[in-house]
Amino acid sequence: MTTVDAFSTDPADAVPHTPAAAAAGRLNGTPPRTPGADLPEHPDALWKNPEPKKAYDVVIVGGGGHGLATAHYLVKNHGITNVAVLEKGWLAGGNMARNTTLIRSNYLWDESAAIYEHSLKLWEGLEEDLGYPILFSQRGVLNLAHTLQDVRDSVRRVEANVLNGVDAEWIEPDEVRKICPIVNTSSDIRYPVLGATYQPRAGIAKHDYVGWGFARRIDEAGVDIIQNCEVTGFVRDGNRVTGVRTTRGDIACGTVALAAAGSTSVLTDMLGLRVPIQSHPLQALVSELLEPVHPTIVMSNAVHVYVSQAHKGELVMGAGVDAYNGYGQRGAFHIIERQMAAAVELFPVFARAHLLRTWGGIVDTTPDASPIVGRTPYDNVFLNCGWGTGGFKATPGLGWVFADTIANDEPHPYAAPFSLDRFVTGRLVDEHGAAAVAH
Amino acid sequence: MQMIKCPWCGPREEVEYHYGGQAHVAYPAEPAALSDEEWAHYLFFRDNTRGLFAERWVHTAGCRRWFNAVRDTVTYRFHATYRPDEPRPVTA
Repeated sequence: MTTVDAFSTDPADAVPHTPAAAAAGRLNGTPPRTPGADLPEHPDALWKNPEPKKAYDVVIVGGGGHGLATAHYLVKNHGITNVAVLEKGWLAGGNMARNTTLIRSNYLWDESAAIYEHSLKLWEGLEEDLGYPILFSQRGVLNLAHTLQDVRDSVRRVEANVLNGVDAEWIEPDEVRKICPIVNTSSDIRYPVLGATYQPRAGIAKHDYVGWGFARRIDEAGVDIIQNCEVTGFVRDGNRVTGVRTTRGDIACGTVALAAAGSTSVLTDMLGLRVPIQSHPLQALVSELLEPVHPTIVMSNAVHVYVSQAHKGELVMGAGVDAYNGYGQRGAFHIIERQMAAAVELFPVFARAHLLRTWGGIVDTTPDASPIVGRTPYDNVFLNCGWGTGGFKATPGLGWVFADTIANDEPHPYAAPFSLDRFVTGRLVDEHGAAAVAH
Repeated sequence: MQMIKCPWCGPREEVEYHYGGQAHVAYPAEPAALSDEEWAHYLFFRDNTRGLFAERWVHTAGCRRWFNAVRDTVTYRFHATYRPDEPRPVTA
């Protein structure tokens, strides 16, 4: 058994974390650690499973991160507690149950920086707010630049970030090496690393715990979380929706808030409302559990891969979306293959790691790669969708902004630029590529 | 890997193709007559069907010709492929 540094660059050191390896007392004298041993225990009960009431002031459709966070801020900021969150499956069981948990705010445009930075600030206090551990770890994100155009775009984005109060800096390859020693910064690879943008406050969080933390909090406040409750239709009265038809009966509502991500179009079709959303599979994967080798988050737009290491030790890697429309929660293998080729070139240390599992989530993409938040042609139906590949990081920020929009019947200033009618006015918020996102 | 049947070349691997989104969206007969809203709908709004969906594909690495397909967006199974000048076939 070899002895390794915590952040070794030798491929031979990326050995699986086995009981035998732990017993050998490696990691330079630090005590052996059992994967997951440092994760907190769960309370016996997190939320109740109530029968739906006949009516609610606000019915939120979608019990993922966004729906739960919206309910939380309706309670906390606006004192609105007669709220139901309807979930067709189990709570936080869609994209919230499987995602790459990347949290950052280094977006190019002012509109995006405002809402994502608002969200990042909320993440920084979320554990205290929820009274529940979410393992938010601000380990920084590197967005690699591989071409001269990448470098120019990246420097431009850093300057824009700084003007918007977002922590960002441009760093040279030798600094990339210092921050993340396992990145291959040699010049003889297909996409050499010419530098990177760095946002130190970016991080990851334990996605399940985030969903559970919100759920526990709103359950305590009297919000009904209703699982296995699929919306099958809406009761309309002119420009209003007066009720929601579900597999668990009809529920009357004062206001409806849609937060259904990849399934948004299924709901809006029932309302006769067209939204510019295309649902695509987005694949990600994790490796077996490894010793800590990857201290930060690395994204590379050009080669379509982003990588971090989860608290338990899995390498978590995301790809770009599969090209075709899909609702099947799985994607094509050649997408994963291309992603792995890119990952192994950038991180030679990963070459011997084994794949543990892959999955596909259904993401709701828009023509300008920005979300849609705000009003609909119905007086009392509010829409939140179109977060595409980046919804997790927005969870608390969107919840805050969407709750404010619902409570005041007026788009929050951070939501206003993301209105549905921007596709008619032409005032798009084009974050394709500009966001440093692998779309 | 999924095999897709090009109407001209026959079955080939999925990586030879590129996706083109919803099929049968005609260019407006009188573009200048459209309102901003109608133009927005032509430009940005497409069906996002859960189930059988008629869509465009191009055989990039083969004959480079466009064609249409009816594919199930839940199972991803192709039910039919057909030439652009043919009507959408009736599929189960």
